[in-house]
Amino acid sequence: MTAETVAATDAPAAPAPATFDPGAEAARATAAILHDTLHGTERGVVVDSPPGAGKSTLVVRAALELAEAGRPLMVVAQTNAQVDDLVLRLAEKNPDLPVGRLHSSDTDPYDKALDALANVRKSAKAGDLAAQTVVLSTAAKWAHVRVDEPWRHAIVDEAYQMRSDSLLAVAGLFERALFVGDPGQLDPFATVGGEQWAGLAYDPSSSAVTTLLAHNPDLPQHRLPVSWRLPASAARLVSDAFYPYTPFRSGTDHGDRALAFAAPSDGSGPDQVLDEAAASGWGLLELPARHTPRTDPEAVGAVAAVVRRLLDREGTTTSERSPSPTPLTAARIAVGTAHRDQAAAVRAALADLGVSDVTVDTANRLQGREYDVTVVLHPLSGRPDATAFHLETGRLCVLASRHRHACIVVCREGVDALLDDYPSTEPVQLGDGVRHAAAGGQ
Amino acid sequence: MSLITTLARLEAVRSGHAQPAATVRHRHLSDRPLVFVPLITAGEAGAPLGALVGTDRDAPHLLAVPQPRDRDLRFAFLAELAGIVLPHVEAYADSVEAAERSETDPETGKRVKVEVDLCADAAQLVVPSRAGIDFVRLLGRSMRFRRTAEQDPETPHPAPPRVPLLGRWLTHYGERARVPGSSLLLAMTDLLGRHWASGQSTLEDQHLGALLAWIAPDGGHGDEGYRDDGPGGGAPTGAQAARRAELARDAAGQLLCPPAGPATDPAFDNKLLAPAIERYDRARTALAAAEDGLEADDRLGALTAAEREIRALVESRTRPTWDAVWRGLDLLRALPAGAHVDERWTRDRWSFTSHRDRILAGEPPQPRRDDAVTAANKLATREREQARLEAQEALDDPLVMAGRRLSGEAFAGEVVDVVMAYSESRRPSPRPLVTVRTDDRPHLAERAKVYRALNGKPQTAEYVGPALSSPDGDPDDGTVLLRITDKMGRGKEPEPGSVPEKGDLLCFTLFEHEQRGGAKLPDPEQTPWTHGGPPGETAAAAEAADAQTEEDVL
Repeated sequence: MTAETVAATDAPAAPAPATFDPGAEAARATAAILHDTLHGTERGVVVDSPPGAGKSTLVVRAALELAEAGRPLMVVAQTNAQVDDLVLRLAEKNPDLPVGRLHSSDTDPYDKALDALANVRKSAKAGDLAAQTVVLSTAAKWAHVRVDEPWRHAIVDEAYQMRSDSLLAVAGLFERALFVGDPGQLDPFATVGGEQWAGLAYDPSSSAVTTLLAHNPDLPQHRLPVSWRLPASAARLVSDAFYPYTPFRSGTDHGDRALAFAAPSDGSGPDQVLDEAAASGWGLLELPARHTPRTDPEAVGAVAAVVRRLLDREGTTTSERSPSPTPLTAARIAVGTAHRDQAAAVRAALADLGVSDVTVDTANRLQGREYDVTVVLHPLSGRPDATAFHLETGRLCVLASRHRHACIVVCREGVDALLDDYPSTEPVQLGDGVRHAAAGGQ
Repeated sequence: MSLITTLARLEAVRSGHAQPAATVRHRHLSDRPLVFVPLITAGEAGAPLGALVGTDRDAPHLLAVPQPRDRDLRFAFLAELAGIVLPHVEAYADSVEAAERSETDPETGKRVKVEVDLCADAAQLVVPSRAGIDFVRLLGRSMRFRRTAEQDPETPHPAPPRVPLLGRWLTHYGERARVPGSSLLLAMTDLLGRHWASGQSTLEDQHLGALLAWIAPDGGHGDEGYRDDGPGGGAPTGAQAARRAELARDAAGQLLCPPAGPATDPAFDNKLLAPAIERYDRARTALAAAEDGLEADDRLGALTAAEREIRALVESRTRPTWDAVWRGLDLLRALPAGAHVDERWTRDRWSFTSHRDRILAGEPPQPRRDDAVTAANKLATREREQARLEAQEALDDPLVMAGRRLSGEAFAGEVVDVVMAYSESRRPSPRPLVTVRTDDRPHLAERAKVYRALNGKPQTAEYVGPALSSPDGDPDDGTVLLRITDKMGRGKEPEPGSVPEKGDLLCFTLFEHEQRGGAKLPDPEQTPWTHGGPPGETAAAAEAADAQTEEDVL
């Protein structure tokens, strides 16, 4: 008996296969989702997707199959970048499919790359796109569309990041829908308090899926079981920490991916943490405990130094996609922060070190993106207090699940003590689910 | 808390006095605000103990409930309150002016202008603290479903005639108070906290006496409770005065500055109020047991005396707060109103008018819970008003704008260069390039939009990048290159005055000045399946008052 079979028999599913075949597992899940979507009787299907589990691939595939079945389809995404990305992926898979891109009347409302696609029609008026098989737009734009005849089918992407009131505004446009999203990422938020509706099934500031399932508890719920992005070193940890009720596995095994450096370590802190991250997939660069302003210059400097050394030491990555070592370029590195001013400070620090093309953004903006290596400024680093914003698990989950190879966290010492000092004091509202239970579904 | 607020609070600690957080007044203040200082009974959040209410700072109406657990006395209090509040509200509701409003024509479905009445002014209600707003809401909730004997002859405990109507108005005021920037119902602690930064926490700021002590430590009126007795004997610092306002007690153990309510101090409840209520109860029992008219007369005198005692107690605890609220109003009136305050007050007038119209149309009271569509509409409105308020306060007030500049959301500077350029379309439009030198550090992303106020309207520009060709050639000297993109007229040449000139001092914001209207949500009858479908018959039935429980009958 190999170690793998021992691990597999520990898994909850009774007739577990001898070895975990990620490709087969994912295919089985996808087939079930498509079957319910195309042939099911319920009006909705919900799919939970962990980070990097092929959510966009699923959305594109479902869209193509629905189109093939002759069902006019509308696709609702949350941002213009997401919509454009889906349009490009659809055109790549089927260049002949008549696709409509409904956009706002602002300047530069869509990615210029769409202009090169012959079968993609773009308009700010839904009426112009009536003949297209698939029409895509943001939830905000769809909310302004009025139709006499609803679409037979819709796909709602990033449904866990969509607010309930936003779904309310568009739900009249379709008869049935496939809702796809990642329950572990950041919850949608409101800029004003909505306590008076807490606990109501249709609380407008809750997520679209929460409302949908509260009113339609019998809808089929699926989940994608394999993360293709996260390496074996990260999948287990992220799954246990942020998806306790809907575990997932990595599509690759230990040893399938490697991060290496051409230049040897100079023995400094950043170099040591890089070597640790290359070996284990995780690195923690801990700075001495101190209460600091948000844009802690020392921590920001440390983040920049780590990125600089990543490039200086000529990192290379090896993975199932490219068995020969590929240079780790600035475009494959991201820095994640909690606040925008922190991101601005890191950008300035990187510019001072002559680094460009590295993505630096907040957790909110990094959602849905993928890099080889990420450097994260811990949300609680240097803080004297722990607010709901900084404690939100979704924020940490986003920051800790963007990488294919390694994630390096920069943090001041003392976060564990801070967490002990500030127990969660969020008021408990009647009828309001606990965050993890709500995220986990069953 | 923003950086500038933190700095202001640190400055307040160091100087011992509250620091201004605004240079203009950001909320509308009525010429005749109705001030309401309520007290509740300990342990029974919904049971009023008494109140001071009125529009004349020297002659408030005193209302008291000698036995707060007596349902009839409670109703009497509410009826008396209705007798003061409703005439005040109705005086405003009756005075209207003509206004236009867009409505959807039910036949054609098109947006058309309709001429409607708009109340020329609205009644404003001021309470001491945020807890007072919650109490207004609670009072509204407890009254609006009550039935009067006229509405329902069968009802076992009919409410006095005007009480349900008062409940509906108070509910409307409580709900409107949740809209950012609204001024129909205001809490004095929030008002003062918006305009001054004290050297204490925002939680401590909820104590009106302590907050006023930071802003005007001498108490303005030479009040005993505010005078310093510390070493040196000079003017007290805000911290000393605030501490005194919060904690100082007289020889009998009573607070010198009673809490602003509606909750009372336990020492007052135990030492003064409870014995007085007990005396009242005894006098009432004795009166009921009187065997002849002469005895009854005597005992009625004792009962009246006991009642008067409780009224005096209520007045003694509410009067300092009453005076404090008016002192706060004095302080705020000394500030000139912000330029957009009137526009926001007009929205309050619309809100006031629409509630008046709903009552006139005989609609039922506001439901206990919002339906899905109403909740979503309210949230959207409040988010829009929040963004509007933040933008307008910054535009109205350089000190608020300074806070936004400090956080990288705006920048001010001098125009050092203007180069004319045109768009690359068939009909070229002016797209002048403007170089601004600033000491601020805005968080500008490439092609980010920025806005400046031009004759009260926002003009949009696009961030091109740092101006590398600046005179001294240093890319870090804080010069920003912008491309102006609108408000220059339709012609090839920009209209005069629409393009900044060299030497102009300008302030650009990264946030929009005006808010777009949100998408129209379906009617409640069209609620989609994702949100539970249409409310149906159950929602159409009028809601009944809360069922009676054993606790209600004592």
